Amino acid sequence: MTSPGSGTVYTETVVFSPPEAYVNDVPYQLAIIQLESGRRLTGRIDGERAQIGDRVKFVEFRKDVAFFRKSA
Amino acid sequence: MRQVAVVGIGKTAFGAFPDRDLRSLAVEAGQKALENAGAKPSQVEAFHLGNFAGPSFVGQNHLAPYVAAGMGITGIPATRFEAACASSGAAFFHGVSAVAAGLYDVILVTGVEKMTSQPTPKVTEILAGAGDLCGEVRAGATFPALFAMIARRHMYQYGTTREQMAAVAVKNHANGAKNPLAHMRKVITMEQALNGKPISEPLTVYDCSLISDGAAAVLVVPFERASEFTDKPVRVLGISQASDNVALDEKDDITTLRAVKISAEKAYKVAGVKPSDIQFAEVHDCFTIAEIVAIEDLGFVKKGEGGPYSLAGKTCIQGELPVNTSGGLKAKGHPVGATGVGQICDVVQQIRGEAGERQVKRNSLGLAQNLGGSGATSVITILGAA
Repeated sequence: MTSPGSGTVYTETVVFSPPEAYVNDVPYQLAIIQLESGRRLTGRIDGERAQIGDRVKFVEFRKDVAFFRKSA
Repeated sequence: MRQVAVVGIGKTAFGAFPDRDLRSLAVEAGQKALENAGAKPSQVEAFHLGNFAGPSFVGQNHLAPYVAAGMGITGIPATRFEAACASSGAAFFHGVSAVAAGLYDVILVTGVEKMTSQPTPKVTEILAGAGDLCGEVRAGATFPALFAMIARRHMYQYGTTREQMAAVAVKNHANGAKNPLAHMRKVITMEQALNGKPISEPLTVYDCSLISDGAAAVLVVPFERASEFTDKPVRVLGISQASDNVALDEKDDITTLRAVKISAEKAYKVAGVKPSDIQFAEVHDCFTIAEIVAIEDLGFVKKGEGGPYSLAGKTCIQGELPVNTSGGLKAKGHPVGATGVGQICDVVQQIRGEAGERQVKRNSLGLAQNLGGSGATSVITILGAA
């Protein structure tokens, strides 16, 4: 899979009540990222919590899910 | 096109009923609607069943003939409609369309869901099936998470606050406490609503609708035949259904649900009314933010004003525009496949003047808004006194 690149947080949430597949992940931050390519992508934020408008950088795909990290 | 009337309504209580199966709930609601209209099962010419996920929740497929036969109805078209939480709204829309077109005279439309036999993480997963499994859901989105992200964006763009959302929960619980068929008949305070257990930030447990079992049914006929069934027919003045992208990240502006706007505009046009003419409404408050977005997209208030309007008490039973006098999905309960038809029953009850201590004074023109997923299906119905 190709890297979605960098982007900005369009919206986000921290999930406490998970679906069965992610019961061991909670709490986790989920976000819609406005990518530089123009499209939006739903992914996870790793590490420091990000807010709307924060710049984020693509880290890696884990099981086809894009993980991002807040840019320094 | 022929004018269509609702001549019978029937609902089970909404709640957690470990001893009831899906069919018995649907049959009870259907029989009540037939009795309410003084109609016999043999008069039903088509059966529409709204159900989101019976096969996942209880394993049963082929649900429409299964439920119909439970009422002694066979030999007619019996079909299940699935449109996520708008399943029975869609079943109703297509029932009204078929009667309006002259295909049938007497259609029974029932909605049902049996959810509480599964543990919450499993229910969460089944409900997430109404989202995009290859994208947002794979990433970990649940329905609370999708509406939490709508809430965050609405707060960011319009300054909507947690208090404004909590006001919706407090009001709907107050209404539900007066509804004998509601799942949760418990008044809550603003403080409780603000300090609930977090589900998906900024939403707490008090921002989320309930996981419920239940069924609702209505009997629809051409208006010209309504007097054979009831002396209190309620007219379907306008109805419309619209669709949009399923994935939230494919919607342009997530603070506005496009399908709701499109279907509302069309329903208003068909009914020949304006948003300001509507006297009360049942809206799809699957989450508190959804009620705020709904009253904006329906044109009752300007975009961004739904929060302040709710906090000011304008949507209470005594307010200028009563919203969710039934208690809404928040307190009445949300057996997803039953919700759309349940809302029609609630609006009809108000128009007939049968809502008891929840009765609104101006009750001749009401609206029901039923939403599927994060806005990929919307059904808007405008009902009026005959």
